[in-house]
Amino acid sequence: MNARENISVTLADKQLQTAIYSATARLANGRKAAVAAEVLSAYQELRQHAHDLKKHVVDHLDFYLEQLEKNVEARGGKVIWAETGAEACDFIQNLAQERGAKLVVKSKSMVSEEIHLNQRLKHAGVEAVETDLGEYIIQLAGETPYHIIAPALHKTREQVAAVFGENSDATAEQLTAVARARLREKFLAAGIGITGANFLVADSGAIVIVENEGNARLSSSAPPVHVAVAGIEKIIPRAQDLAVFLKLLVRSATGQSLSVYTSLLAGPRREGEPDGPEKFYLVLLDNGRTRILAEESKRQTLYCIRCGACLNACPVYRKIGGYSYPGVYSGPIGKILTPQLLGQDRDPWLPFASSLCGACGEVCPVKIEIPRILLELRREIAEAQPKPGESAAFRIFSWVMRHPRVYEQFRWVRRMKKIPAAGPLKAWLSQRDLPPLPGRSFREQWRERNRHEK
Amino acid sequence: MKPRVSIFVTCLVDQLFPRAGMAMADVLEHAGCEIEFREGQTCCGQPAFNSGFAREAREVEQYFLKVFEGAEYIVVPSGSCAAMIAHHYSEPDPRIWEFSQFLVNFLKIEDVGARFEGVVTYHDSCHALRELRIKDAPRRLLRHVRGLKLVEMEPAEECCGFGGTFSVKFPDISGAMARTKVEAILRTGAQTVVSIDSSCLMQIQGALSRAGAATGTMHLAEVLASR
Repeated sequence: MNARENISVTLADKQLQTAIYSATARLANGRKAAVAAEVLSAYQELRQHAHDLKKHVVDHLDFYLEQLEKNVEARGGKVIWAETGAEACDFIQNLAQERGAKLVVKSKSMVSEEIHLNQRLKHAGVEAVETDLGEYIIQLAGETPYHIIAPALHKTREQVAAVFGENSDATAEQLTAVARARLREKFLAAGIGITGANFLVADSGAIVIVENEGNARLSSSAPPVHVAVAGIEKIIPRAQDLAVFLKLLVRSATGQSLSVYTSLLAGPRREGEPDGPEKFYLVLLDNGRTRILAEESKRQTLYCIRCGACLNACPVYRKIGGYSYPGVYSGPIGKILTPQLLGQDRDPWLPFASSLCGACGEVCPVKIEIPRILLELRREIAEAQPKPGESAAFRIFSWVMRHPRVYEQFRWVRRMKKIPAAGPLKAWLSQRDLPPLPGRSFREQWRERNRHEK
Repeated sequence: MKPRVSIFVTCLVDQLFPRAGMAMADVLEHAGCEIEFREGQTCCGQPAFNSGFAREAREVEQYFLKVFEGAEYIVVPSGSCAAMIAHHYSEPDPRIWEFSQFLVNFLKIEDVGARFEGVVTYHDSCHALRELRIKDAPRRLLRHVRGLKLVEMEPAEECCGFGGTFSVKFPDISGAMARTKVEAILRTGAQTVVSIDSSCLMQIQGALSRAGAATGTMHLAEVLASR
């Protein structure tokens, strides 16, 4: 089933509808409380500051990437440049094979989903185990993340118990304990730990990982090798900029003022240090990002810090859920990111599946103008892949609206006894009734009123 | 001196909800404005603009600007059309006022002398709320209406699902959003849903009617014109 076909399936699933709506409401309410003026008076200034920082770094990406590479290597790490997802997967697969690693632990990373790393490793005979609880659940279920920060948002406790092979009356605590015991063994046995990165700090060569479960910290420190995979846009200039981004990211994502764990990792274990990996690799992924960079009007898409706030605020996501979007990124950000990463010709309907309500732009912590970019994409698609019927309809629309005498003839439609229910009208009536049609338009009534008054 | 107001009633109000337009003219006259209705007016061009037809939208824009040439204040019974003209035209047009905004922020009138018996709930239309920052003005006006009790729906700021052509390109998503809106409305126990956008009201009324609910819909201007 493709993404578009999944829409009606999701809409018809009552249990799923309740699950999505209540989980997103919980996250959205958490965010709202965490950024309220009483608790974070500088919220709007912080958003603007974060936007300006991202703009600066994205506009000067070449400079900061070189600075980052230099500083990562000065700390004893190695930077791998991957132009495509396949190149990133090649590197990790080869590394696993060279080291004879049969088991890899992974912490949550949307980029690794984007490049389909798990499938690649499985194919190469390497077991990759997701260690974030939500990711672990969906991995066992054979699914993909439903939500950028809450990958198993759509699963009920009973469904999780079934996936774990436990009794259906197991409590959430019991299920968590089961996962914890199973995963602990994996951490200790793994030859490589793979993580994403929330931020890459150019001036210190550090990567920053934000998480609540401690699994990313274990993934990056227990195995002898740590590989971090990140998109090139994750860069920030200085460590002090974290004061802005950490405040916004976690509050926007879950409503916490800070996540349980915030790890700043710079390079592998150095002499005299008791723990940490022997080797550290940072895979920097392009995979279409420089194409987005080249398009100034849509470049803001690269500012995204993957907090998921736009998903929780989106009345469309809250109806159609995470599997109704092509690509791994769902919600409003997926609607603008996926067409730019994968090309607009694959799913030209995507940017049109929005009521343009603007709720996404309102909650975005880095002020990405998602509705404006949706409109840009619509313009590009209407031009590059015109639908003959629609193009003709809007030519007629424009002409009629510039000829008021012709426009007025709409009254004949209004006065029809029964309007044939076809096309848009049929679509309208599939869900809603029509309003009673007035006999006379405003202009007819206005003329009459003025006649009487004179 | 009486402010000279040129009203742009929008194509939707002109053709489908003329009562809202007549009511707006009535309230503005009552508030001391001199009203003109320019016969050449049609649409702001938003349907083309939002569908990606930039050239067609610009043509309609040029036509609109010609029709309203020389107008001092243009008052519109729609947050969505006002936002289109104010924010998405080639140049921002400072003459544009959404109706409730014009009353409260320009004329400084909150009590228009209306009387309306009943419990109402107010629907925030997205473009008014997020593009024009209209949240308080309609509520202030409603609170001054004699006999009227305003009950807020929860959530009030969630989209009704209309979205122009979205409503017919993705009818099932749009319909599902409308039903969620209807549930929020019914929880308030209000007899009437009020908004400053007839497009939202068309969607909400259509879904209320399909759900068999007796709740009605009225444009803010119609409530304010009740005496």
